[in-house]
Amino acid sequence: MKLIPCPICGERAEIEFAYGGQAGLVRPPPTATEAAWGAYLYSRENPKGALRERWRHIHGCGRFFNLTRDTVTDKFIP
Amino acid sequence: MDRFSLARLLRQGFSGHSGWGAQWRAPEAPLAAYDVVIVGGGGHGLATAYYLAREHNIRRVAVIERGWIGGGNTGRNTTIIRSNYLMPESAGLYDHSMKLWRTLSRELNYNVMYSPRGVMMLAHNVHDVQVSMRHIHANRLAGVDNEWLTPAQAKAFCPPLNIGGDLRYPVLGAALQRRGGTARHDAVAWGFARAASALGVDIIQNCAVTGLARDAAGAISGVETTRGNIATRKVGVVAAGHTSVVMGMAGVRLPLESYPLQALVSEPVKPAFPCVVMSNTIHAYISQSDKGEMVIGAGTDAYVSYSQTGGLHIATQTLDAICELVPQFRRLRMLRNWGGIVDLSPDRSPILSKTDVPGLYVNCGWGTGGFKATPGSGNLFAHTVAHDEPHPINAPFSLARFDTGRLIDEAAAAAVAH
Repeated sequence: MKLIPCPICGERAEIEFAYGGQAGLVRPPPTATEAAWGAYLYSRENPKGALRERWRHIHGCGRFFNLTRDTVTDKFIP
Repeated sequence: MDRFSLARLLRQGFSGHSGWGAQWRAPEAPLAAYDVVIVGGGGHGLATAYYLAREHNIRRVAVIERGWIGGGNTGRNTTIIRSNYLMPESAGLYDHSMKLWRTLSRELNYNVMYSPRGVMMLAHNVHDVQVSMRHIHANRLAGVDNEWLTPAQAKAFCPPLNIGGDLRYPVLGAALQRRGGTARHDAVAWGFARAASALGVDIIQNCAVTGLARDAAGAISGVETTRGNIATRKVGVVAAGHTSVVMGMAGVRLPLESYPLQALVSEPVKPAFPCVVMSNTIHAYISQSDKGEMVIGAGTDAYVSYSQTGGLHIATQTLDAICELVPQFRRLRMLRNWGGIVDLSPDRSPILSKTDVPGLYVNCGWGTGGFKATPGSGNLFAHTVAHDEPHPINAPFSLARFDTGRLIDEAAAAAVAH
């Protein structure tokens, strides 16, 4: 099982974590177009390579944090 | 194309089966120009090429495949065919495929081993029962067969099933689609490849797309590949888990995320399991292939990945569920376990659509369940590419739905928890 480095608890098993997908999505203003909202809600980079992503140690300390991972090797990139 | 027939089989039998020949032409390199280039030589891509040639008379078509045809998710899936989705749009889409499956072997002159043995989806709690009933009623209103079975009727339909009271999640009933079943996945890819090739389609394997060329107006003007550049005005991308990567070459970002999905097969045994059984709640699905292997589908990993392997704990959970449901399989050994990369859309419905780039079309988002739709998907996507307009059946499955909010939410009917 994958070990995920929590900034507080250190490396823990992946089943302790909730995945939040691509990090850094910026919520558009309420006046933004439908296309801008559609892009924010649904469009994703989905790269084959480095992905900045969101995690939460939901069955541990509860901390939200971001990590960068190579989606081909699944290894975290420091 | 030499047609398969009993007479030909007998002739070959007497001549030592030495004259069968290749089933499709395999050009080493693409021509300089085609009317349409299909990126991705899986079932959906090959079916698209076949229907372009057959129904729309567009025969200068190339199918570009990075590996070998049917070597991606077409050869990795659990071969289940059904159309018991919830929404009316989905009923139209999946049932269109269902109708094509019935005559596909005859049409392709290739035995795809379509076997409508019934797909039974189990209910394990009050919520499951209510959801199943809702699905059954919605299906019947849409003209799709689906019926409710009591636990005893489910056991009668599938004798190995454990409906005993000792289950952690007891079987409270099941929804049965009798027209559902399985087909042989490799034969589907080979059959479409053979029939498409006979109509003039070039199938180019071991040829990766490296770029999508656009003219001054922004429209598609060609495809760059590892075997040379191809001039074309129309490109259909049917690349499953790698669709985001290919479409990124044209600067198009899609509402897709790629996840590994796992499956397993057991050692082959005598016929022991007569139908397809699926369970949403405890996350397992199982059927028996004609070779005798139990074909078992597990879930997706929790995170985006292109690794083509999944976490062992995901497969373990599914095997725990199988052992509960069919205790006699506890001593079966598993032969193989593999992963494929599936492209999940936010509403778990596929995207068959034009894009903002003129001449660029996309058929993706089939996620964990695209095999069942192979003929229908190819048929409708060919129409979309040929006419530069979607067919009425796939018009709701456009990219625009993610801007307008008219999603086709099939998260429940997609059957496996994502």
